[in-house]
Amino acid sequence: MVEGGAVTNKIQRTTRASDVLIMVFIGLTVLLSILPFLNIIAVSLSSKEAIISDKVTIFPRGFNMESYKLVFEDARMLKSMGITIVLTLVYTILSMVMSICAAYPLTKESLKGRSFFSMLIIFTMFFSGGMIPEYLLVKELGMLDSLTSLIVPGMISAFNLIILRTFFSSIPPSLEESAYLDGSSHIGTLLRIVLPLSLPVLATLSLFYAVSRWNTYMDALFYITNSDLYPIQLKLYQVVMNSMVTDLTAQEGAIQTEVVAEGIKAASIMFATVPILIVYPWLQRYFVSGTMVGAVKE
Amino acid sequence: MDRSFAHSKTQVLPQSVKRKRQAKGFWKDYQLYLLLLLPIAYFIIFKYVPMYGAAIAFQDYSIFKGVGGSEWIGLDNFKELFAMSQFYTVVRNTLLLNLLDLIVSFPAPIILALLLHELRTLWFKKVAQTILYLPHFISWIIIGGLVYQIFSNNGGLVNNMITALGFESVPFLTEKNHWLLVYLGTGIWQSAGWGTIIYLAALTGINKELYEASEVDGAGRWRKMWNITLPGIRPTIVVMLIMALGKIMTIGFERPFVMGNALVMDYAEVISTFVYKVGLQSAQFSLATAMGLFQALVGLVFVVGSNAIAKKMGEQGLW
Repeated sequence: MVEGGAVTNKIQRTTRASDVLIMVFIGLTVLLSILPFLNIIAVSLSSKEAIISDKVTIFPRGFNMESYKLVFEDARMLKSMGITIVLTLVYTILSMVMSICAAYPLTKESLKGRSFFSMLIIFTMFFSGGMIPEYLLVKELGMLDSLTSLIVPGMISAFNLIILRTFFSSIPPSLEESAYLDGSSHIGTLLRIVLPLSLPVLATLSLFYAVSRWNTYMDALFYITNSDLYPIQLKLYQVVMNSMVTDLTAQEGAIQTEVVAEGIKAASIMFATVPILIVYPWLQRYFVSGTMVGAVKE
Repeated sequence: MDRSFAHSKTQVLPQSVKRKRQAKGFWKDYQLYLLLLLPIAYFIIFKYVPMYGAAIAFQDYSIFKGVGGSEWIGLDNFKELFAMSQFYTVVRNTLLLNLLDLIVSFPAPIILALLLHELRTLWFKKVAQTILYLPHFISWIIIGGLVYQIFSNNGGLVNNMITALGFESVPFLTEKNHWLLVYLGTGIWQSAGWGTIIYLAALTGINKELYEASEVDGAGRWRKMWNITLPGIRPTIVVMLIMALGKIMTIGFERPFVMGNALVMDYAEVISTFVYKVGLQSAQFSLATAMGLFQALVGLVFVVGSNAIAKKMGEQGLW
């Protein structure tokens, strides 16, 4: 990308000006992305008085940890977090195993019915029975009010499966063939050759599965009524949204009590977000490369 | 190779060895089917059984009699549905929200990706990408909380600033047109950064020599972007557009559910939230399923249709 000698000074100058322009624009966008987080952190760490007088922007006023103390004293909140952590781990492992089991055979041309199975899976991306039949099925299977309803029905994402299949089929067949000649079985080849070569995409898809399980609340809202089994998002929904609904219709006089809740809401939001914020930067480099692999085919 | 070996030895091979070899050949693929067994069972049980279950849209479904035993009533549920005034509101809202979302949210990642691609300060690019991807990893519940925190009438950050400047506070969340703006803006905020990934991937695939050649011809940065970069990622843009058009009927549940409130239901009630209320909250299973089926069928038409149009225009399409 080195500018050639033929390029005049004038062009170089305008290039530099547009570089600055682009950096400023991207910089502002980045700032917009992160400001809401800074605000919520500031509110969660501010004193009630500061929140009432509306002085909190992106820096905490009257710094204190009172809101966090209240969140951590709420046994249900901790329990919900525990449930979500376990749920996410179990779901991610099962989802990955199932996706691998499905994706690998579908790359084998010798497999009879390969395109039929592929069609069977891809069709589900475009058409579904809908919310109610899915609910009735979960009910029929006796999974209402149990954590299996949050693991099994959404176990495989057809989209992730396609990404994985694309990656598997990009592995040079000669590697696998030599394994077969050495007497390796399909499963042996998958475990010893294909999977070790697929670590970036495996990491990426694990992250996708984990994040979607962590963040989804819809199925819990439908299937879980027992508050002892609430995952963190549903618990948050109660804390954040229920108060929001009353807030929006509330009269001015109610402000005092609302503001107390404001700090707790902010702290609860941070409580549920921090685990993602901690894990995210480490996994980021994987999902960029992994997604690109999946994207190339599209 | 295997065959020539078998051919030369056929006569002398004992039955047992022969059978063993056949079994071994079968065993190889048998493992593949074994691997497929559970996933295919999953798709049949959790995807295709509900499709069969959607038959209750044509029944007077009774939870005790099940899909097999309930009475068939033809299109009565659909008639009832089409007679509801709310039906047209939720269909309109679904199309309205998705269409506006498409118009404002679709170009955002393309523009952002083009600009990110131009950045030469690598550390800045990396930091920017990391932060821009982040909102995609945040749940709608949390986003709903953030939106409320920032836009609410009493104590929201933006209204605090507006009132501090001496203006009247703006009812961002309680007046439907303002709410619409917040809804759309939130969509961009959540998805634009993440959407750049796929375009950035496509951008790396453009032949560098094209740029060098155009530089020799005296093309500036904007010229190159217009004549090389954009055409280079056109197939990706088309595929993404088809996918977006295909989803125009299938609005997600979580975003409108969290962002909607009683005061803006005129706009916020969409098919998915309506199905939830009619089906799961009022237990009118057949009626809600009819609604869902209507949505799925129209959605399917959109996917197939936009794919056909794209192909007619000489693009690759989805299949």
